[in-house]
Formats: sequence, structure tokens, C-alpha cells
Amino acid sequence: MTTAATKNVERKPATAVSVAPGSAATERSGGPGAPVASRALRPTSREVDAFAPVTGREEEWRYTPLARLGGLLDGVAADGSAEVTVSEREGVTTSRVPMSDPLVGSVLTPADRLSAVAMASSADALVVRIAAEAVVAEPVEIDVRTSAGTSYGHLVLDVGAHARATVVLDHTGGGVRGSNTEIRVGDGARVTVVDVHEQDRDAVHAEAQAASVGRDAVLRHVVVTLGGDLIRITPTVTYAGPGGDAELAGLFLTGAGQHHEHQLFVDHEPPQCRSRVLYKGALQGVGAHAVWVGDVRIGARAEGTDTYELNRNLVLTDGARADSVPNLEIETGEVTGAGHASATGRFDDEQLFYCMARGIPETAARRLVVRGFFADVLSRVDDEPLRDRLLARVDDLLEAPTPADAA
Amino acid sequence: MSTLEIKDLQVAVEDKEILRGISLTVKAGETHAIMGPNGSGKSTLAYAVAGHPKYTVTGGSVTLDGEDVLSMSVDERARAGVFLAMQYPVEVPGVSVANFLRSAATQIRGEAPKLLPWNRELKAAMAELQMDPAFSGRSVNEGFSGGEKKRHEILQLELLKPKIAILDETDSGLDVDALKVVSEGVNRVRAGGETGTLLITHYTRILRYIEPDFVHVLVDGKVVEEGGPELAQVLEDGGYERFRPAAATS
Repeated sequence: MTTAATKNVERKPATAVSVAPGSAATERSGGPGAPVASRALRPTSREVDAFAPVTGREEEWRYTPLARLGGLLDGVAADGSAEVTVSEREGVTTSRVPMSDPLVGSVLTPADRLSAVAMASSADALVVRIAAEAVVAEPVEIDVRTSAGTSYGHLVLDVGAHARATVVLDHTGGGVRGSNTEIRVGDGARVTVVDVHEQDRDAVHAEAQAASVGRDAVLRHVVVTLGGDLIRITPTVTYAGPGGDAELAGLFLTGAGQHHEHQLFVDHEPPQCRSRVLYKGALQGVGAHAVWVGDVRIGARAEGTDTYELNRNLVLTDGARADSVPNLEIETGEVTGAGHASATGRFDDEQLFYCMARGIPETAARRLVVRGFFADVLSRVDDEPLRDRLLARVDDLLEAPTPADAA
Repeated sequence: MSTLEIKDLQVAVEDKEILRGISLTVKAGETHAIMGPNGSGKSTLAYAVAGHPKYTVTGGSVTLDGEDVLSMSVDERARAGVFLAMQYPVEVPGVSVANFLRSAATQIRGEAPKLLPWNRELKAAMAELQMDPAFSGRSVNEGFSGGEKKRHEILQLELLKPKIAILDETDSGLDVDALKVVSEGVNRVRAGGETGTLLITHYTRILRYIEPDFVHVLVDGKVVEEGGPELAQVLEDGGYERFRPAAATS
């Protein structure tokens, strides 16, 4: 017997949690940020002019300091460059294709003006293809090193059916970068993508990422954001068939004056798919600002969906601010699980006391506690040398004096 | 042989005076029980000696073998040989017990213990406290039962071998079996003769397993009576009633 599909639309109000200088952690809910329409209704287009000029009042732009985007929203002409190298691995081929190639735009259609600018301004696209059924033992390393000036880029990561691989996207260098990344995960494939941002302290990087997860495929996606002046990443996941599994993890360590923004959208349309989102951030120093927006939509046909998203932020010093906005839209009553949680708190001085009472000096104790906080995200990076490198970098940044310490 | 000397110690919490002049000398090999009703200042004494920032010392002195403990940071006190087993040990998510213990041992001993002997030492100490070996892979205190937390505290006591061990209500929340196991751990450390023990407790129960050399009764921030182990028996029979100031009973 079939019954008419129930339409059960639940829109949880947005919550933002922030710690203003000198105040304790506070929580507020509702507010002007509550979405008024389904995330799925946002327009998508390759045409820049399909998007109205950005004012900063738009839901997707209201947290971003537009003046610090280096003109990316205005389509400033490219006058810089990026050196991109891809490690040679058996089963992996690299090519450059024109933007008119049908592969370009097959997964990602820009959902905001900046992404459309980057697509219109890219000269060509880099395609990294992992052959069907290939098992690539060593990580595929894609290094993107940007110069001063403005550059645009487009990457298509095409993972064939039943392939196994880990891909590391390593971003370094300076300048202003607008880019789009498309990830196609073929049916039955298992791929881990680690996206590392260690740009220079004055760099600007705005990137839209879209992944399509094939039938019974698994995508593990880890974003590590440490560098830059302003970094804004917008990962989107759709499913090409039932049985897909997407785990999106993120780690950000936001220092004095830095803006780190991650806006995610997981769109469950086919049935029996799973998603997990786990983003953790630590903030230190005056003017450190982190934004996490996690949108999950469960469409009317997406029965058997299992989703959970979590964002936790740890505020280490005064003067840092974390905005955390989880949104869940449910259009079917037949879900296996759907939930979200978000919490922002100050560094716990009792943890510090406990470690110090065992002889561990304050700096080492803080490092131990923050490492512990990040442990479940970093455990997703299964490439051990890379994990060790990221841990060492986190340690360095934690020990670097911040203006707040000096004050 | 180490000596902790507390002289006329006065401590306030948020401008409220809690300890009003405590004097106490603890020598290596001795066990002193500090007993008293709720709110008498027992835990304040423990945390003030360990250096918790919430407690402000307003007068008096604390020295360990002549060194000024009060001028040391919390970690310096621990490295000097002061150990506090906490009543409510703190969770440190994502940090494994093994990692935490080795980090602490490295600091207290002045160098990282060699891995193989350390693993043997840890395994043996955990077995004595009847702890599952899988315990070392769990996050510090996260999801621990009350008994597991106290065993973990005493495990640290045994591994770090302090000069002065302050045990803050280690008996609270333990069933009889766990109390015996934990007490045996404390007694192993005491038997070494190198550690002076300050046993803070509300109840006389733990004193059946850990026999004190001296008992001090603390009421309203002052020591009101001192004696040998026989004083504990007096408290067991009569409670704290006779020590209460008349004004406070109304």
C-alpha cells in the first residue's frame, strides 16, 4: 500500500552564537538571519548578470566583509597567476580543457555572483581524472600557488566509478583568488578530498565547490583553513543516485584580523543517502571572525535520509567572534535521522588548571587541549605525513603571539 | 625528606574569607586527615595549595622544603612535587589518557620516559587499580564513571610520585569495592615513605582503609581540634555537631 507522500516542512530558525570582546558566550536565535525561502530556490547561473550586484544584505553575503574581497564581486580583471602542479600517479590523468567543454559546469552551476565571475573569468579548466576502478595508493597532490595580483581558476576532479583515491588540494601564496571546483564521484567510488588553505596572511581566496556523489559512492571532504586575510569556501553536495554517503569535515584556526567563512549546502534529493557535517574552529586574537553556515535540505523524495551536522567553535581570547548558523529543511516525514547542533564556547580554564596541576606548562597545556578539540576532525585526514604537517602548523599558530596577548 | 609547611594561611574566594589562618606541617611518610563539615574550607585548602586562580591567598605562607610555593605557577608547584587528586576531575575531550599521562610524566620527571619501560609501568599500574587496558585510549575523564575518574586520579598519583599528595574527597561517590581499590593505591604510595599525604574527607569511611597519623578538624576556616587517629573515631560516633559555633546552628 502506498500513501500520499507527507509534506512536512520544518524550518529551524537560524542561530548565531558570538563572543564579543569582554563578554561571556551568549546565544541568540531567530533574528534577521532566519531564511525566508528554501535554499533550493536560490538562482543558479553561469551568467554574472543573472545575479544582482551584491549589497551585503543578502543571506549568503551578510557575514562577509565585502570591501576585503579584492574586487572579486566586481569582476576585476586577472593580473596575477597561479602555478598549479599535480603529482603524477598511476591511474590519474591531467589535462586542460576550454571553458566550453561539456565537463565544465556539469556538476557546478554558480549559485552566487562571485562564483559566476570566477567561471566567466577563468581562461580554461584543469581536469584531473581518476580512472574507473583505479586504486591510487599515494595521495594525488594538487598544489595551487598564487602570485600577487588577481587570478581565477577552475578545477574539475573527475573520479571514475569504483575508484579509490585521496586528493589533497594545497593552497599557498598571495594575491586575490576566485575559483570554482567541481568534484564528480562516480558510482561506487570512494574518495577523500583534503582542501588545505595556508595562503599568505594578506591573501584573499573565495571558492565555490560542488560535489556530485554517485550511487553507493563515498565522499570524505575535509577543509582545513589556516591562512589568508579572507577565506570563503562554499561546499555544496548533491547526490546522483541512492546510497551515497558524504562526510564533510572542517577545521579552521582563525587569528587576529582574519575572516574565515564556510557555507555548506547538502541537498538530499535521491532516497537512502547519508550526510555528516563536522566543522570545528578555534579563534584567537582581536578581530578574528569565523562564519559557519550549514544548510541541509531533505527533498520530498529523499526517504531514508540520514543526516547530522555539527559545528563547534572554541574562542581562545577576547575580541574574537564566531557566527554559527545551521539550517535544516525537511520536506518528507520518512527520514532515518535528521539533526543539527552548534555551540560556541570559551576556552575552559578548568581544563587548563587540570593539565597545569599535572606539571604541564600553560602553553603546552593550551596546545594539548586545542589539539584534543580538533582530534576528531584531523583523524579524517588519513594521510599521516599530511596530518602531522597540519598538526605542526596548528601548534605554530597557537603559539604565535597575537595582538590580544600583547595588549 | 620533604616537608610541606603551611603557616597561618588565609584564603578568600571572590572577596569572601574562607580560610582564616590555617597552620599545618606535613612531612614525607606522614598522613594527615583534614576533616570537617560542608563549607568548612577543606577543598579551599586543597585548591589554594595547588594554585587554582579562583582562590586568593590574603595572608600566611606555604613552603615545600623551604621553597615558597605561593610564588610558583600551578605547573611549577606540580613539578616541585605538589599533587592534587581532584574531587571533580575535568574532562579533556580528544586527549587520550595515555597521551595525557605521558605528557605529565615528561614534565614531572624532567624528560620523556622511554617508551617501552613506560608502557610496562603504565600497564602494571593500571592492573593494580583494576583498570581495563582499553582505558588508556579513552579521552581524559570523558564519559568516565565516578569510580573511573577516581581510579584515574590515583593512577596519576602512583605514576607521578609526588612529595606531597593532596587527596580532595577521593572517597566521595565510590562504592565499597572501588574505595578499597583506590585506598590500596594510596597505601602503596604511602608505603614508599617518600610522600606526605593530606587526606581531605567529610566522612570517616575512607579512614578505615587509609589510617591517618594525624587528624585535624576544620570548622569555619579554622582548625578547631587536632589529634591522632582516635579523633576520627570521636567524629564517627558524634559527627561534627559539637564543633559547630552556636550562632551557626540556628
